[in-house]
Amino acid sequence: MDEKRRPGGPDQEGAGGETENGRADSLEARRQRLDAELLARRTAETGRGSQKDDRQGYALAVKLSSEFIAGVIVGAVLGYGIDRLAGTTPWGLIVFLILGFCAGVLNILRSTGAVAQPGAARAKPDSGRGDDDGN
Amino acid sequence: MSNDPIHQFQISKLVPIEIGGLDLSFTNSSLFMVATVAAAAGFLFLTTSNRGMIPSRLQSVSEISYEFVASMLRDGAGSQGMRFFPMVFSLFMFVLVANLLGMFPYFFTVTSHLIVTFALAMLVIGTVVVYGFWKHGLHFLNLFVPSGVPGALMPLVVLIEVISFLSRPISLSVRLFANMLAGHITLKVFAGFVVSLGSMGALGIGGAILPLAMTVALTALEFLVAFLQAYVFAVLTCMYLNDALHPGH
Repeated sequence: MDEKRRPGGPDQEGAGGETENGRADSLEARRQRLDAELLARRTAETGRGSQKDDRQGYALAVKLSSEFIAGVIVGAVLGYGIDRLAGTTPWGLIVFLILGFCAGVLNILRSTGAVAQPGAARAKPDSGRGDDDGN
Repeated sequence: MSNDPIHQFQISKLVPIEIGGLDLSFTNSSLFMVATVAAAAGFLFLTTSNRGMIPSRLQSVSEISYEFVASMLRDGAGSQGMRFFPMVFSLFMFVLVANLLGMFPYFFTVTSHLIVTFALAMLVIGTVVVYGFWKHGLHFLNLFVPSGVPGALMPLVVLIEVISFLSRPISLSVRLFANMLAGHITLKVFAGFVVSLGSMGALGIGGAILPLAMTVALTALEFLVAFLQAYVFAVLTCMYLNDALHPGH
């Protein structure tokens, strides 16, 4: 199919050098045409769906920020609690706040699907899709 | 009518009750929780009381909601997860009906209070922890031990995993709460623009068309969000229950 659509395709088959040249030219031309078409389509899509993108971006922002903030808050609360119990005043908060940041980043990576869910790889191969089907 | 966008979230005591120094008053929030449960239960009861082989329109709404939650649960937690169906279905219906009731003007939105959504999330996580330990014993702790981590890093990774697990109820509740709160405030602010522009004479009334159109569009969006957040809450519940059922054999 592709062979036929190429400009000057099948009838140039005889002369070797010319064919190579023509093929390279047509490949370059086709690539440029593809780029132009893709660009046009992409701009058209972004122009049309900008409001929808805003909405989805807002939903994504709430989702990811809640995941991250939750990790940090839990780390801070744990650290503060350990400090109150053990009397190690600044250190528990410092260490657990940093761990909380790590957990927050892990939460974000999980909810975007960049890292597998805990136990998902072993328990069910198809359940590592995360919660990316809504907010 | 108050023009304060936060005013709609105020708790007011309807029947003050105090037992042993604890304030157990029946508030407007309690009233709307009761209304939510009554509406959801009444709808399901009345629409399915006919038990027609060929369902009427309303009966098929009930059946669709059943099928919807059941397939969500089967996908998320496997067929074993169906033992949690009553809980997931109740949670889904409660959140959905509470969100939708909040769309009525002058109604109170139960899910726009963090403590309510947090209580719902703690119910989910509490079920996961209790069921996980009851079913698997200490094997449940395997959830926090990812495979293929070098021994030296293990304590650190386990600690991070534990914090990540503990942060689940918070992110679950904050997401529902933040979406409902932000949506209702936005709606109120735009509606407030209509009123304050409309009181500025002919030019103001012309300008008020823009925020009015925005309010109409936002109302539609809020109905979508009301459904979507109930769905997300139920999906995440299924995912967490899956951890309790299969803690990484």
